[in-house]
Amino acid sequence: MCLAYPMKVVSIAGPRAMAEACGIRREVGIELIKNIAVGDYVMVHAGFAIEKVDTRQAEKTLEVLKEYHEALQENKRQKSNDLRKRAPE
Amino acid sequence: MIYESALRNKTYVKDLTANIARLRIERKVKVMEVCGTHTYAFFRFGLRSLLSPYVDFISGPGCPVCITGAEYLDTAVYLAGDKKNIIATFGDLMRVRGSKYSLEDMRALGKDVRMVYSPSDALALARKYPKRSVVFLSIGFETTVPLAALTVRQAKEERLKNFFVLCGNHLIPPAMHLLCEDENNVIEGFLCPGHVSAIIGIRPYRDIVKRFGKGCVVSGFEPVDIAFSLYILLQQVKHNKPALVNNYTRVVKDRGNIRAQKIVEEVFTVGDASWRGLGTIKKSGLFLRGQYKRFCATQLVRKKIISRADRSGCLCGEVIKGKCKPPQCRFFDKQCSPASPLGPCMVSQEGACRIYYEYRSRPRPQA
Repeated sequence: MCLAYPMKVVSIAGPRAMAEACGIRREVGIELIKNIAVGDYVMVHAGFAIEKVDTRQAEKTLEVLKEYHEALQENKRQKSNDLRKRAPE
Repeated sequence: MIYESALRNKTYVKDLTANIARLRIERKVKVMEVCGTHTYAFFRFGLRSLLSPYVDFISGPGCPVCITGAEYLDTAVYLAGDKKNIIATFGDLMRVRGSKYSLEDMRALGKDVRMVYSPSDALALARKYPKRSVVFLSIGFETTVPLAALTVRQAKEERLKNFFVLCGNHLIPPAMHLLCEDENNVIEGFLCPGHVSAIIGIRPYRDIVKRFGKGCVVSGFEPVDIAFSLYILLQQVKHNKPALVNNYTRVVKDRGNIRAQKIVEEVFTVGDASWRGLGTIKKSGLFLRGQYKRFCATQLVRKKIISRADRSGCLCGEVIKGKCKPPQCRFFDKQCSPASPLGPCMVSQEGACRIYYEYRSRPRPQA
């Protein structure tokens, strides 16, 4: 049961918060999260937030993906240049 | 969904697939995805067919309903029989049969069995019906355990006398160990469950890398997460450098969720537990401890529950060990289907058999 969904915290009242995703709002237990603020994204599983989404880490992951993409594009450019060089005039 | 455009980006998935292809591994690498939610994601996002030239996907035992044994269900069915009791259960468990009946059968017979989304819903039932005994069927792995723990603690704080828990939670790493200890296992690496890891951190998988030399990559559930994690795992296999990698850092902290770990330690203690299809695994289950024992539902059981061995020929046990793929079972898509399931793997939304069934190829209609 690994099903958890990211939801945005819209209001907090003690150990519970209102969170929203895809236009749906639901009440979520937040006792497992330290330092939670309105606007944070949390992973919700069976009515409770189990962790906050760390946006800095997410950006880092996206950076790596962009680098892979650049590297592959560069590789393609090299290959097509090589082919053009080798092509008979 | 936050980051959806990036994490479901087809270009990134194609890039990662190209990178996997460039590794030029001369065979399909056997990767076990432990978690049923990963199995489901492979099919849903078309990753299975996209990556099938490079990866042989072996589904593991990460489906809490699939590994819940007949004795647990028989106890739940027995408790449902008492008019005083309200059984509160996660939806999936309702259709799994014990030795004879399922909870759905009991409901059809007029017994009070109710589906809940969260353990806190079960607590709400106890508050609403003070004269009835509410029995929450606590199944699930480490992702769900802290929620059950919080709920039991809440019940204690409110001094509720009519809330009970039938302990049926299991722990993932001991099952992974068991599979690795089988000398005939063919697993080359593990895709580790992202949300279990959000709770327990990544340390529990360290032993598997050290003792068995199998890489463990903790992965999220979006298509880019999975393709990326598989790329990392396959690189490890290519260079024979198994390692423990956290590839879900936006949700998983290496040390996990300390608050969640503390509440679990306060309410539960570890013990030996029975897994359907795998037998008893040492220190793989959780049971109420100390002052929380008074919430244990076994005190409501007034007779010995005798469970019958399953003789249907269901191969669920082999499927969750990764020894057999669902279509290899002779009942698959014949006697066994979601409408008439023979075993829990076909009942649960995270069951390998159910997932394979939903995405099975059908003959194309003639033009």
